[in-house]
Amino acid sequence: MAFKTSVQKYQGRIGEVTLGVGEKAVKIGGENTLPFYSFDGEIGNKTAVGMEIIDVAPEGWLDELQTAYKDVYSDTAAWAKFVQDTYAPDFICLRFEGADPNGMDRPAEDCAEIAKKVADAIEIPLVVAGTNNHEKDAKIFEKVAAATDGKNVLLMAATEDNYKAVGAAGGMAYSHKVGAESSVDINLAKQLNILLTQLGVKPENIVMHVGCAAVGYGFEYVSSTFDRIRLAAFGQNDKTLQMPIITPVSFETWNVKESLASEEDEPLWGSREDRGIALEVSTASAVLVSGANAIVLRHPESVKTIRTLVDQLI
Amino acid sequence: MALTGLDIFKLTPKKNCKDCGFPTCLAFSMKVAAGGIEIEKCPHMSEENLSKLSESTAPPMKALTVGAGANEYKLGGETVLFRHEETLVNRNRFAVAIKDTDSADVVNSKIENIKKVDFERIGERMKAEFAAFIYTGNKEAYIANIKAVLASGAELAYMVVCEDVAVAKEALELLKDTNPILHGATAANYEQMVDVAAAGKYALGLRADSLEDLYELTSKVQSKDYKELLLDAGSKTIKEAYTNAIQIRRTALKDGDRTFGYPSIIFVNDLAKDNKFMEIALSSIFTIKYGSILVIEDMDFARGHSVWALRQNIYTDPQRPMRVEPKAYSVNNANDESPVLCTVDFALTYFIINGEIEKSKVPTWLLIPDAGGYSVLTAWAAGKFSGSIIANFVKESGVEQKTKSRKLIIPGKVAVLKGDIEDSLPGWEVVVGPNESMQLPKFLKDLYQNA
Ligand code: B12
Ligand code: SF4
Repeated sequence: MAFKTSVQKYQGRIGEVTLGVGEKAVKIGGENTLPFYSFDGEIGNKTAVGMEIIDVAPEGWLDELQTAYKDVYSDTAAWAKFVQDTYAPDFICLRFEGADPNGMDRPAEDCAEIAKKVADAIEIPLVVAGTNNHEKDAKIFEKVAAATDGKNVLLMAATEDNYKAVGAAGGMAYSHKVGAESSVDINLAKQLNILLTQLGVKPENIVMHVGCAAVGYGFEYVSSTFDRIRLAAFGQNDKTLQMPIITPVSFETWNVKESLASEEDEPLWGSREDRGIALEVSTASAVLVSGANAIVLRHPESVKTIRTLVDQLI
Repeated sequence: MALTGLDIFKLTPKKNCKDCGFPTCLAFSMKVAAGGIEIEKCPHMSEENLSKLSESTAPPMKALTVGAGANEYKLGGETVLFRHEETLVNRNRFAVAIKDTDSADVVNSKIENIKKVDFERIGERMKAEFAAFIYTGNKEAYIANIKAVLASGAELAYMVVCEDVAVAKEALELLKDTNPILHGATAANYEQMVDVAAAGKYALGLRADSLEDLYELTSKVQSKDYKELLLDAGSKTIKEAYTNAIQIRRTALKDGDRTFGYPSIIFVNDLAKDNKFMEIALSSIFTIKYGSILVIEDMDFARGHSVWALRQNIYTDPQRPMRVEPKAYSVNNANDESPVLCTVDFALTYFIINGEIEKSKVPTWLLIPDAGGYSVLTAWAAGKFSGSIIANFVKESGVEQKTKSRKLIIPGKVAVLKGDIEDSLPGWEVVVGPNESMQLPKFLKDLYQNA
């Protein structure tokens, strides 16, 4: 008996979503197979790899990154342009760390102004992330949506608490893309997509953020949530789960001990930069083969590694 | 047609003697039917029934035992493709490549790294488990490397990666007490290789240019009645290795074809082409997608902290409690003046926090209420780590009798609970700690000095 390739055909397919406008717009999703299972069917668009910047000085970031950005970080738009021109990621993810009510509490109006400047300064798509304070984020996203009208920005993300405001502004009043954020649970992901579509946001304007954790910090739940969501989207042809997934890996991996500990504190462990990249690359690779269609990273070396990996998997 | 647990049960001796490790013959039969164990594990089966069953009930993927003593490992034996279906049982293992082209200095440095990167994470030891001796033509250096590693005292299992039968035999002679893996049977040498492997009962790795050829080779080796096998997923391109690893596992588990029902070997180092971060990326994807032994170029903490943490997550066993018992734990010999620090009963959180307190050397009472076994924020969001739950547990746990200190440190991530707790605990001062555990040692030392 000779070997025959084992093929699994599915009914379902992930929708295709476009981020940004013009020549540098990026399409994600469109696959009808598990990640890179080209022997089963079509693997869709290339996984998009974006880079994170923030609206304040990157104080807690690696020394190496603070140095790389020292001439640009005081002007967020210049920072965005620098990242685009130097590292050529697929998109920029601007996170409003400075808007956190427990921190600097930058007003939503100011965030909108910054977002607009950034969107005008770059050609690649813009993803905007909030503060994790859902009330504040609703205000930020409402203002940002208006200020960046026409740029087809992804607002990351609407949650169960604020989806009405974020969905109405981002997905209806202005035609942006709406992120739907749930906490590592297939049912919550499904429910939020249903709520957003009932509100009037079209499925093709939704991108899911289904939760993330650094490897070693509850990642087993992340991995299984991805598997279950994808198998339901393909195998059961569940339309309410056929949105592409974006995963902000860097938001998690730079906050755990393995990447935070200084070389003085842990002399045996070696270069902090290496450890930080390692954790980012490992987590990103793991979500990549679990089904993420877009990934947010912080370190240029991680971006290089993950893009090479994607290119060699397709 | 697959046999059911009951079909199998009818053919067991029905003695319920537990020699198979199961409480009853029926329980054992159910497990056999699920592909989780071999029928041969019942020592009391009649010859006749055994031969009836052994072919039809053999697990879809063979479990191999390799290495010896403290360095013995099980590989394979998986029954599902996704971890939400059932626990994955035998975690993948890492082999550091020791090549005959490595200088003595390089070999020594690799050995030192293997010894150095050896730590505990959440109660589990993390270290590189294998040395993979790779032969490319220099026999003298090859044998010298094996001797150097053996003499180094590094705790390892071994893999002889060598297609030259005569050299392999010599290498195996040095390693014969360690139950090594022999890797390198090809279409050209497999008959001799099978003989060598069978003589020592060593697990044998098979290698071919394509999946079709590998399938043919495996069929031939199986027909020589040797079934202690590993399959090399290939290392020409990343795409090929990924495809092959998935095809091998799927063919066995989904299609029930035992020709591919063996653990895999993936030479991640060759695929990564001397790029450490690519090696980490590939080690991660093959930890999720079906690598059993991953060969890497070298070991350091960047690799260990990331990839082994991922592996620990993917192979968590839901059967082993991930919770710790709610109570007031004494850390660093807490006494009647030590402050109280509060966290949740999620094992991961407990191990991390306990480790950091130990590192600070500050005597501390670690108070752990019943928080549903969740992480700090998960428990808080689920209403299982509220101000009243913490306040009540301060009273119930008796910690008020154990220490005169009335300082209660709470995780920074639940700073909002401060007011609630203080309202229900007159006389106590609630101190909001840092967000991340790694800031705890400094925080505790400062607190201690100012006390
Ligand atoms: C895995 C996970 C789950 C798992 C549970 C795993 C578990 N055993 O806890 C599951 C899938 C079950 C789950 C469920 C839910 N989850 Co959840 N989950 C996570 C996830 C991805 C990782 C959590 C984890 O393991 N962290 C690792 C541990 C070690 O962290 P930790 O306990 O906080 O400990 C650290 C620090 O707090 C500190 N620390 C700990 N103790 C102490 C003590 C002191 C004194 C100090 C100083 C420091 C300190 O040290 C540790 C290391 O730095 C997080 C997101 C994330 N990336 O963190 C969301 C997250 C915690 N979940 C969340 C939510 C909302 C939920 C649900 C309520 C969702 C729902 N609506 O059902 C449910 C709740 C449970 C339920 N109702 O069934 C939210 C919480 C939002 C918030 N800010 O309140 C999060 C943050 C995700 C998000 N962004 O939305 N979750
Ligand atoms: S060893 Fe055999 S006879 Fe004894 S309980 Fe197990 S299955 Fe039954």
